[in-house]
Amino acid sequence: MIVRRLVDGVDERLDGTSFIKRNLRKVFPDHWSFMLGELALYSFVMLLLTGTFLSLFFVASPAETVYRGPYLPLQGRDVSLAYESVLRISFEVRAGLVMRQTHHWAALVFVASMAAHLVRVFFTGAFRRPRELSWIIGVTLLVLGIGAGFTGYSLPDDLLSGTGLRIIYSAVLSIPVIGTWLAYLFFGGEFPSAELIPRLFVMHILLIPALITLALSAHLALVWHQTHTQFRPTGTPEESVTGTPVWPKFALKSVGLAFMTFAVLTGLGGLVQINPVWLYGPFVPYSAPSPAQPDFYAGWLEGILRLWPNWEFHLFGHTIGELFLPAVVIPGIIFTALALWPFIEARAARDTAMHHDAQRPRDVPVRAGIGAAGIAFFVLLMLAGSNDVLAKYLQVEVDTLNGVLKVLLFVVPVLVFAITWWICRDLRARGTAPIARPSRVEFRRNAAGGFNESHADGGGPGEPVAATPSDGEEP
Amino acid sequence: MKRPERIAATAFVVAIAAALALFVVYVRGDGPQAEGVLLALALGGVGVGLLVWATRLMPHIRDETHPRKATVPTTEAERDSAVETVEAGVEEIKRRRFLSRLLVGAAGALGLAALIPIRSLGRSPGDSLLHTKWTPGAKLVTIDGTPVTASTLEIGSFTTVFPEGHEGSADSQAVLIRVEPGQLQLAEAAMAGAPDGLVAYSKICTHAGCPLGLYLAATHELRCPCHQSTFDVLNGAKPVYGPAPRPLPQLPIEIAEDGVLIATGDFPAPVGPSFWELG
Repeated sequence: MIVRRLVDGVDERLDGTSFIKRNLRKVFPDHWSFMLGELALYSFVMLLLTGTFLSLFFVASPAETVYRGPYLPLQGRDVSLAYESVLRISFEVRAGLVMRQTHHWAALVFVASMAAHLVRVFFTGAFRRPRELSWIIGVTLLVLGIGAGFTGYSLPDDLLSGTGLRIIYSAVLSIPVIGTWLAYLFFGGEFPSAELIPRLFVMHILLIPALITLALSAHLALVWHQTHTQFRPTGTPEESVTGTPVWPKFALKSVGLAFMTFAVLTGLGGLVQINPVWLYGPFVPYSAPSPAQPDFYAGWLEGILRLWPNWEFHLFGHTIGELFLPAVVIPGIIFTALALWPFIEARAARDTAMHHDAQRPRDVPVRAGIGAAGIAFFVLLMLAGSNDVLAKYLQVEVDTLNGVLKVLLFVVPVLVFAITWWICRDLRARGTAPIARPSRVEFRRNAAGGFNESHADGGGPGEPVAATPSDGEEP
Repeated sequence: MKRPERIAATAFVVAIAAALALFVVYVRGDGPQAEGVLLALALGGVGVGLLVWATRLMPHIRDETHPRKATVPTTEAERDSAVETVEAGVEEIKRRRFLSRLLVGAAGALGLAALIPIRSLGRSPGDSLLHTKWTPGAKLVTIDGTPVTASTLEIGSFTTVFPEGHEGSADSQAVLIRVEPGQLQLAEAAMAGAPDGLVAYSKICTHAGCPLGLYLAATHELRCPCHQSTFDVLNGAKPVYGPAPRPLPQLPIEIAEDGVLIATGDFPAPVGPSFWELG
C-alpha cells in the first residue's frame, strides 16, 4: 500500500513514463574488477562516518598546553591542543581509537582502491569516447583524495606530519615570482605559523569533502546515464548492455560489498595499529624523525625529491628553487597527462568512434605497455621514497641504493614496456587466453552402451565416443 | 533449509550477536581490539549474509540485455534546434550591446573584488625570509635556555642552539659542532667566527627545510633525515651529497670573557630552502 502510493507519487512528479521501474530494472554488468570503484565509494562513506565522530572531539588549535593525560611517557610535555585532543581521542574517548584508526585505514583504502580502479579503467580502455568526462572527474577525485589524505594526516600536529608540512611549505616557496607570497598567504606566514592547523582543518573537513562529494555525484551520475563498458557477451550488439537488474539482486550484492568493506576497515582499525602519533611525539620545528616515511600515496612524490639532482636555476638575478621542478612541475605534468590520456590516445590512434566494449589489455599492446611501464615507474619512486628503510633492510649505503634506483628508474620502465608489448602482441596473435577457464565436459552413458560427450558451454551432445575401458570414466 | 540459506542465516545471527556484544564491550571499556573485532563481525555478518543471499539464493534472476539508450546520438535536426535555441538567446542578450558590455564589466569587477579578501590570509613576506633572530651579542643557549660555554662540548660532539630568548625558534635554530681546530678549512672571515674548533651552522636544510638531525662524527658530515642531503662540516657545510644545492649558512660566533658563546651577527645568507627573491 505504501509502495503503491510512493510509486504513484514519484511517477506523477518526476516522469510521465514509469521512472521507478525504468531505474529499478537498469542492468549492471558483472565483472570482479567493477568492484574496485565500489570499494573506493564505500571507503569514502566510512570516512564520512568516522570523520564526523572524530571532528566532535578534535580541537583545531596550535595553542600550547601541558599534557596531563593518561599516557605516561608524554606527561608534563608541552603539546598543542590539537595534539592533546588526538591523544584524548586515542586514550580517553571510548571507542575513539577504533574510530581514529578505522578513519586512517579507510583513507589508505580509499586512495588505493581509486588507484586500482583507475588502472582497471586504463587497461580495459573504458575511458574511451564517450566516457572521457568520467575519466577526467576520476583523476580529479584521485587528486582530491590525496589532498584529503595529506591535510588529514597533518592535523594531529605530531613530529612526522609536521615534517611533511615543512616540505610542502618549501615546495610552495620554490614557485617562481609568486612563491613567497603564495606560501605566506596559504600558510599564514613563515613556517610554522599559528594559522596552519585551523586552515588544514577547514580544508580537511569542509572544502575537500564537499568537492569530493560533488565530483563523486557527477562521476556516479555519468556511469548511471552512460552505462558501464563491459566485456561483451557473445551474441549481443555493442549498443546494448547485459547484466543484473538493480533491484533486487545487484542492490543486495552492492550493499553486501559495502558491509564487507566496512567490516575489513573496522577490523583493521581495531587490530592493526596505524599512525601512533604518541610514539612520534609532538611537533617541534627543530627536530625531525628518522627514518621518516609519508603515507603510501605520497611516497612516490617523496621518491622524486630524494632522487632529483641538486639543480638550482637562476633567472634575471632571481632563484628558481630546487624543489620547483621535482615537487611542482613533474607532479603537475604527470597528473595533467593522466587526465588528458583519453584525448592523447584518441589522437595517436586516430580513433574518434564511440566505444562501449571493454578491451582486454592485449587488444592494445602499446597502451598495455605504457600502463605497465607507468606502474613500474611509480613502484620504483615509492621504493626511492623509503630508501632509508630499504637501505637498512638491504644493508647497503643509501648513496649506493640511490645510484642504483636512478638507473633503474630509466631502464626498468623501458624493459617493462617492451616485455608487456611483446607478450600482448603474442597473446593477441595466438588468440588464446593466458589462463583458460577449465571447460566442463559431461559424459553420459547412452542406450548403445557408449558415452555421449557434452560441453557445458552449450555445445550440446557431442560425438558419441566408443565405450572402451581406457577412456571411459568407469573401469 | 538449503545450504546457502543456512550460511546466510548464520551470518545474520553472528551479526546480531556481535552487535549486542558491542554494547557490553563499550560499557566495560574493553579497548579497540575487542571493538574492532566485534564491529568487523557485525558488519561482516550482514555483508556475508547479503552476498550469499544475492548470489546463491537468487539464481532465477537472469542477466538481461538492454539497449544503451542514453548513448545513441540524437538526430542532426534535433541538435540543430538545440544550437539555434542557444544562439537565439545569445542574440537576444547581444541586442542590448551597451547593457551586455556593462554586464561583462560588472562581472569582471566583482570577480576582482572577490579576490581581495585573499590578501587577509597572511602578512607580507617583506624581508622576513632574509634574516633570523640572531643579533650581535646574542648568547647561544640550548632548548631549555642554558647558555653554552666553550667547555660545554667535547671534540666530535654537537648540540642544537638558539639565540637567548628565542628557544625553539624555527628559523634561528643552529647546530654547534666542536672539531679539532686544525681540521677546519674555512675562508679567513669565516674562520674568525669559529673559535677553538667551535663552528655553528643553520640547522635548516637548504633543500626542503627539514631540521638536520644526523651528525656523522667520523666523516664530519651533517645529514638531513628527509632526503639525505649531506654537508661537509669542515669545509663550510658545502653540500657533498644529495639534492641540496647550497651550503648551510655559518653563524659567526665568539667566546665572551666569561666563556659563554655569543653570536657576532646574523647568518650571512638566508637560511632554509631557495626562493625567488634569494637572488
